[in-house]
Amino acid sequence: MKRAGFTTVWLPIALLLPQLMIIAIFFYWPAAWAVQSSFYLQDPFGFGSTFVGVENYTDLMTNTEYGKVARFTLIYTALVTFFSLSIALLLAVKADKVIKGAKSYRTLLMWVYAIAPPVAGFLGLMFFDQRNGPMTEMFQTLGWDFRLGADYNSTATAMVIVAVWKQIPVNFIFFLSGLQSIPKSVREAALIDNRSASGRFWDVTFPLLAPTAFFLLIINITYALFDTFGIIDTLVRSEPGNNPVTLVYKVFVDGFRGNDLGGSSAQSVILMVLVLLLTVFQFRLIERRIHYT
Amino acid sequence: MTDITETHVTSPAPSRSTKRIRWSQVFDHTILCTGAFFMLFPVLLVLMTTSFEDADIVRNGLQFGFEGQMLENFDAAMFEAAGFSKAITGTRMLMNSLILGFGFAIGKIVISMMAAYAIVYFRLRFATFAFWIIFTTLLLPLEVRILPSYEAIQSLGLANTYSGLIIPLIASATGTFFFRQFFRSIPEELVEAARIDGAGPIKFFIDILVPLSRTMIAAIFIIMFVYGWNQYLWPTLITTDEGMFTLVRGIKQIVQVLSQTGAMIPEYGKALALSLIAMIPPVLIVIFFQSWFVKGLTESDK
Amino acid sequence: MAQVTLDRVRKTYPNGFEAVQPCSVKIPDGELVVLVGPSGCGKSTLLRMIAGLEDITDGALSIGTDVVNDKDPADRNIAMVFQNYALYPHMSVAKNMGYGLKNRGASKAEIDAKVQEAARILNLGDYLDRRPSQLSGGQRQRVAMGRAIVRDPELFLFDEPLSNLDAKLRNQMRIEIRALQQRLGVTSVYVTHDQVEAMTMADRIIVLNAGRVEQIGTPTEIYEYPASTFVAGFMGAPPMNLLTAQIFEGALKLNEDTVLPITAPAGMGHKVLVGLRPEDVRLGGDGSVLFNVEIVEELGANRLLHGKLGGQDFSLSVGKDEAARTGVQPITLPVARVHFFDPDRGTRI
Repeated sequence: MKRAGFTTVWLPIALLLPQLMIIAIFFYWPAAWAVQSSFYLQDPFGFGSTFVGVENYTDLMTNTEYGKVARFTLIYTALVTFFSLSIALLLAVKADKVIKGAKSYRTLLMWVYAIAPPVAGFLGLMFFDQRNGPMTEMFQTLGWDFRLGADYNSTATAMVIVAVWKQIPVNFIFFLSGLQSIPKSVREAALIDNRSASGRFWDVTFPLLAPTAFFLLIINITYALFDTFGIIDTLVRSEPGNNPVTLVYKVFVDGFRGNDLGGSSAQSVILMVLVLLLTVFQFRLIERRIHYT
Repeated sequence: MTDITETHVTSPAPSRSTKRIRWSQVFDHTILCTGAFFMLFPVLLVLMTTSFEDADIVRNGLQFGFEGQMLENFDAAMFEAAGFSKAITGTRMLMNSLILGFGFAIGKIVISMMAAYAIVYFRLRFATFAFWIIFTTLLLPLEVRILPSYEAIQSLGLANTYSGLIIPLIASATGTFFFRQFFRSIPEELVEAARIDGAGPIKFFIDILVPLSRTMIAAIFIIMFVYGWNQYLWPTLITTDEGMFTLVRGIKQIVQVLSQTGAMIPEYGKALALSLIAMIPPVLIVIFFQSWFVKGLTESDK
Repeated sequence: MAQVTLDRVRKTYPNGFEAVQPCSVKIPDGELVVLVGPSGCGKSTLLRMIAGLEDITDGALSIGTDVVNDKDPADRNIAMVFQNYALYPHMSVAKNMGYGLKNRGASKAEIDAKVQEAARILNLGDYLDRRPSQLSGGQRQRVAMGRAIVRDPELFLFDEPLSNLDAKLRNQMRIEIRALQQRLGVTSVYVTHDQVEAMTMADRIIVLNAGRVEQIGTPTEIYEYPASTFVAGFMGAPPMNLLTAQIFEGALKLNEDTVLPITAPAGMGHKVLVGLRPEDVRLGGDGSVLFNVEIVEELGANRLLHGKLGGQDFSLSVGKDEAARTGVQPITLPVARVHFFDPDRGTRI
């Protein structure tokens, strides 16, 4: 609040009302609903539901299918985060260094941000096409019998590659702006103190970039967990079958296709807790971030 | 201690080192060009392929080169009725996408600006509480609460409407949080000067705060437009009526149609053209308003 | 034009912190009063209370004859110049100056005339169409002044208006503001932490410390008769020397070797603080008082000699023509210009 804020009472309430109403209807209510129905077992034919306590949760814990999905999600998230962050960092460091064409490079490396995940997935579908996709042909030349949609590892690889491709621009933008906000005097001081360029990068630039990197780490985990839904849905042609899927995708499949409301809600709640933990973690980092500046 | 004497600066840096620097520059440019190539090439290849005949594409997949079919394919994508009910054309989907993009971006900006203004500029006990209520929504992406949100829309009778498409997407705090940060960075003295100048809360908002936020509004508009345009899961659930499909939602349809093994040759050219049409508006906006977009993205920090 | 009266005006924050202790002042019509003190002393809070930007916890504030405690800032007929100028960045200079009038419902012609007049006074005529970002610091300062003038207020409020300017510009603007204020004859309250500004501009100075009024008086009174050690140390550069002396049979002893040739004030215990302005002390003398000079500071117009007198820190100031060197040398103390303070409470005796 500002020191000398206005003292009118009705106006701020009126200003807040639309936002609060939308949130109440489309946020708090659904969230509460999800928590509640995670403790119930829905009759598959729609005749009411029975309270089952934490059974939906214990079912999930013992369900091998869920374990498999969770394991894939973990690996998938780790790979997407690692590759999209490291490639973007490399590109950002180089883009920050060059003088000629810096602006063109920035444009060329960031525009993919605007492509929708399912559209990226569709491009992936063409590139990894079983019969004549260029990427499939490349893998086959290398001796891998790559079969999108039929082979678990093939599909997983395609998902990671498309997801990384789509995420590099965001990371690139943040890293570049992080690099550009390092004061010139600090770089000059480092230039005097350390003659090796890679030494300067790891001793000075990288630590100063660490807050950005931490922040991006969270962003990327969130991205891999949630925002890649469209990529996955497109790459498996909406028919998961035996293909790898992520936790969010399973919430969707169980809830809408399997009509397992209780189980799907329990999965939602688990994801909510996951996001909550990530956010708390992120706040800790933001606090640390302030110490730098 | 040495005496301080004037030293004569010798001629510019020796030219021997310039060659080494040049090599490292070549290396930098090579990496950047490779990166740019991998970003650009897939889309370029799809664009080229749209100039081929469907039969060609079916047989050989993505094509390198140019044929004469591009116009026909884009024309079919834009104007040919498609879908099971034959109720949807590319133009129709484009319009729906624009409505979603603009509706979402404008709605979000208006609502979150108002809320942020109330939180930052008024002495309201309730403000901190309201902020936390709004802020908590950052914790739960739509994907997590998709099922109950869907139920909510159904029971409100908003399925297959633009309101049902747009409003639930607005229910997150990103915009409010963003404007709150920005308002807090505006010097306090400005509101004090305005109060001495006799501006009440509404006048201050319209005369001073909104004009001051112009760049920020533009930046957040771009981000939100792209975000809205690119929505997939929510439109997929909420629009079953083909006349309501957006371009991005249409991708799902395309994939399903192409996957069907029928007697007819799948219309690959048209499908690829449609996927390009789905990219073009947000990509152009991001490219042309790049500096605003980057500023908005990096300064909001979520 | 109006006189301003503060009657036991007080500010306590919800957390219990007392920012301004009860303060009663009467500012006569047309005077420029400077609120001076170190940062955090409550001077800005007091000013903002007069402006109506901060609630008054207790007491009555009147501008003219009306008590204005509950009036909105816009209704108090005041104008304020802020430290960072608080110009509206998206408005031209002319719009910035005219905004207050526009909100009062003045006609376009009237606004125009007043803005032109203010621009003429402040030499801003060529800049009326520019944005604040296109102006230099000094010009922005003038626009802020102009915004205050066009309102034709009963009271000007200045919140450290010069602290964002460089030293040279600050001196120039100091004179301009003072001249303008005298010409317009508008009652003014001016907040600063700079004692030079306070001394040079004020008709009357209010020295604040930790939310409390230490002294109210004309610059001369404040300088010649500081009411406390705080005022003595705050006003004047270099600050007044404060020596702790033992009273021994009517004589003032700094240590075993140094006895000041000054009569101790009557009715004191065995200790007193002796205040001596550096510029009142002279070099040379009969050798009864010896000053050990350790450092000579060259200031051009004069020199400052720092060192020890009877084991305590001491400084004196000499003209540029006087010889100055380090080492022990005799000095003469100004018997007529000695200040005495209570060693426990710091008050003047």
